[in-house]
Amino acid sequence: MSSTSSPSSVLVETPLRVVGTRPVRPDGIEKVNGRALYGADVQLPGALQGRVLRSPHAHARIRRIDTSAAAALPGVRAVITARDLPPAPDRVEEMGDRTTSLRYVTDNLLASEKVLYQGHAVAAVAATSDAIAEAALALIQVDYELLPVVMTAGAALAPGAPQILPGLRAERMGQRDPQPSNLASMVRHERGDLEAGFRRAKVVIDRRFRTETVHQGYIEPHATTAICQPDGQVTIWATTQGIFSVRSQIAAVLQIPLAHIKVIPTEIGGGFGGKITVYLEPLAVVLSRKAGSLPVRLVMSRTEVLTSTGPTAGSDIRIRMGADASGKLTAAHAELYYEAGAFPGSPVGAALVVSFAPYACATMRVDGYDVIVNRPRSAAYRAPGGTNVAFGVESVVDELAAALSIDPIEFRLRNGVKEGDLRPNNEPYARIGHLECLRALQQTEHYRSPLTGRNRGRGVACGAWGNWGGQSSATAALNADGSVSLNTASTDIGGSRASIAMQLAESLGISYEQVKPRIGDTDSVSHNDVTGGSRTTFATGWAAYELGQKIAAEMTARLAAAWKISAEAITRKSGGFASGTQAVDFAEAARIACDDEPLMVSVTVNPKLYGAGFSAQCVDVEVDPDTGKVTIVRYTIVQDAGRAVHPSYVEGQMQGGVAQGVGWALNEEYVYNERGELLNGSFLDYRMPTACDLPMIETVIVEVANPGHPYGVRGVGEVNIIPPAGAIANAIHQATGLRMGALPMSPPRVLSALLARKNGSKGCGAVSQG
Amino acid sequence: MKSVVEFTLNGEGRAVLCEPRQTLLEILREEIRLTGTKEGCSNGNCGACNVLLDGVLVNSCLILAVEVQGRSIVTVEGLARPDGTLHPLQQAFLDHAALQCGVCTPGFLLSAKALLDEKPNPTETEVRYWLAGNLCRCTGYDKIVRAVLDVARSSAPSTPTR
Repeated sequence: MSSTSSPSSVLVETPLRVVGTRPVRPDGIEKVNGRALYGADVQLPGALQGRVLRSPHAHARIRRIDTSAAAALPGVRAVITARDLPPAPDRVEEMGDRTTSLRYVTDNLLASEKVLYQGHAVAAVAATSDAIAEAALALIQVDYELLPVVMTAGAALAPGAPQILPGLRAERMGQRDPQPSNLASMVRHERGDLEAGFRRAKVVIDRRFRTETVHQGYIEPHATTAICQPDGQVTIWATTQGIFSVRSQIAAVLQIPLAHIKVIPTEIGGGFGGKITVYLEPLAVVLSRKAGSLPVRLVMSRTEVLTSTGPTAGSDIRIRMGADASGKLTAAHAELYYEAGAFPGSPVGAALVVSFAPYACATMRVDGYDVIVNRPRSAAYRAPGGTNVAFGVESVVDELAAALSIDPIEFRLRNGVKEGDLRPNNEPYARIGHLECLRALQQTEHYRSPLTGRNRGRGVACGAWGNWGGQSSATAALNADGSVSLNTASTDIGGSRASIAMQLAESLGISYEQVKPRIGDTDSVSHNDVTGGSRTTFATGWAAYELGQKIAAEMTARLAAAWKISAEAITRKSGGFASGTQAVDFAEAARIACDDEPLMVSVTVNPKLYGAGFSAQCVDVEVDPDTGKVTIVRYTIVQDAGRAVHPSYVEGQMQGGVAQGVGWALNEEYVYNERGELLNGSFLDYRMPTACDLPMIETVIVEVANPGHPYGVRGVGEVNIIPPAGAIANAIHQATGLRMGALPMSPPRVLSALLARKNGSKGCGAVSQG
Repeated sequence: MKSVVEFTLNGEGRAVLCEPRQTLLEILREEIRLTGTKEGCSNGNCGACNVLLDGVLVNSCLILAVEVQGRSIVTVEGLARPDGTLHPLQQAFLDHAALQCGVCTPGFLLSAKALLDEKPNPTETEVRYWLAGNLCRCTGYDKIVRAVLDVARSSAPSTPTR
């Protein structure tokens, strides 16, 4: 491998032939002709159908559960409650998207003493038909003692608030609180003298923001099929972002050795962080065991998906920033209260690191609070925690720039981070492309064009996301005809079969079409971390690169033996192999190499230099003064991909992240009544953007090569969702003169703010002083 | 009480025993075991279950199976030619990378086919309006709309109809 001179760089210098092209994905045909099998498409002979009984109450003590009538219904083969799960110790383990107590994980699967949110599972049934399973649920009698509900961070932390998790005492910067409360933890990062920094400022902006709970909104509901054999061997078909994560969660909860569990991945119909936690899989295993080892299939309804899985945290945020007369930031302070839902683990930790990540500022403090409320346990959602805090930060930065009469991109450029600057958690950045993204946005036709039309405004925002590397393993077999069978176990959620196969083809000097990628089960390769954290094309792609290097080295050795020369005398030439006197193409070399012995290689990696991702975005909106409806007129996203392996799918990530961000900014929210009952648990009422709600989303891919990857790759999946809410809020300000302080900026909120200004009072959506 | 329902599915005759409560979606997926038609919401809001019923776009989760007696249904499995050659829309979705996870794709393909059958040369606004009954959470719709417009431009007469 040739590399650049810097010791921290692994970039290859050879020109690329495959990386950067746009081939059709290997799994494409099955996905357009309906043959691809997703979670609910697994239909095993004799499979039982399962259903889950869920709590109608947001907070209640379970006095008694009587399942006898359900169990006696003809066709019912198994009924389970929390008593059928092994007692869980209060032991902290890495579990899916968080490190948490096994007790909490088990209690979220089936409630034991209390139900903690509407939709919390209390029992499950397996029967010979779905209709019988549904009828059986109605026969289960649960005696609830209702308890007062606590729905927001503010209510949860108020003095005298009802205690949701008995005995929970906060871990506050490493110290355990003496008294129980609904605060799970508090974390701080800081540097410099904060108040001295604010004293140096010419302008200080101090604002409070609120964001509502939203859901990842994947179109495929959770589904699984499981078989538990009498000897304890378990097979699970799962639609998941990580089959090894499913395996380890089930092993921990059900106390089964890892090797006795085989998880087979189906295709996955979207995840965005929400298909890491197990909800159904352990229940299906226990039901199968209780039902004489018949396969059990469980499929959620859309309402179950909304009430019982996913959502990301709602939050209360305070952002205070100061800048001097030259437009340089002097101090930045964030206080973030994130609603974890019923169990600890909101993304507030990640949010702290996102907060002021695009800004170089010597004086900074960020405080994060993880707060328990009677909402479903929150799960990761694309750049977890980032959109909430960036909505606040990017709004305040826009106000600062305006107060100092500085162009908003220019203000961000003056304060923008580059290599060597510190992130909010005081780790230094490696080579990053933040300034390049801002300059590219400045140069777009969109940003340079005049804004025309009434009630219109333009806003910009930027965002940073740390990305991730993680563990991957993969194998590849060279076939005698020169084709290569590639086996990974990283979920392909949006085209990574293609991007990984392309890196193997590039590494080995063959065409993309010669590589056949396959996603194996947990028995086929070793551990792969979840497809999340924007890691798969980076880390599993790195494994593919190394597979190519290993195959080429082994082929060279075998050719050398066949030709009775030293391996050093063989060079690579136009995909083939040559020595001084002879040359063969790749296929002929493969035939010779595989003549006496199969050629298979395996690789395990855990690359650490994953390289942060940045995005800068510009949006034009039109605000209807009569209804408060905000229409997206034009949208441009710039993002640093390091190097775009498959540019079409990079653009797809950028456009998809923007679309989710637009939904979060303008429409999506969980609406609860005072009893904690979700009022909009369907796709009719939980309104995600449709094709009519969006224009074409213009993309500009910036490529500042990541020196920590052979081809310069950075993860591209997540950072794109961080800026939209802030950019849209800034555009609404330019259109209306109003600063919106709450998400979503839906018609009722915007209209209320417009009317309040007219009437001289404060609308429900406008910002408040800190 | 089950009854026999006879209908044409992707050009072939079918007879299926159905309970009155069963939807067309459930019959397609669970009885006939053609799982290309997806269930995303079961109340007509996501379009993942879209099929053509006598050429008209419908949510198969909102149609009872007993309603399709004597009628003709096209699902995603019936889009390609019998020899496997992809429908131009299927090919365009691949060429434009108009899918990521792919679970909404069958519904989008049926909606787009219904649109182009009725209006071979639609504007972008018309495509977006027609596809508004299909939710996609991955793509932001950009590449889907481009794929549909591309098929329209390469196969439609040069002047707009209607």
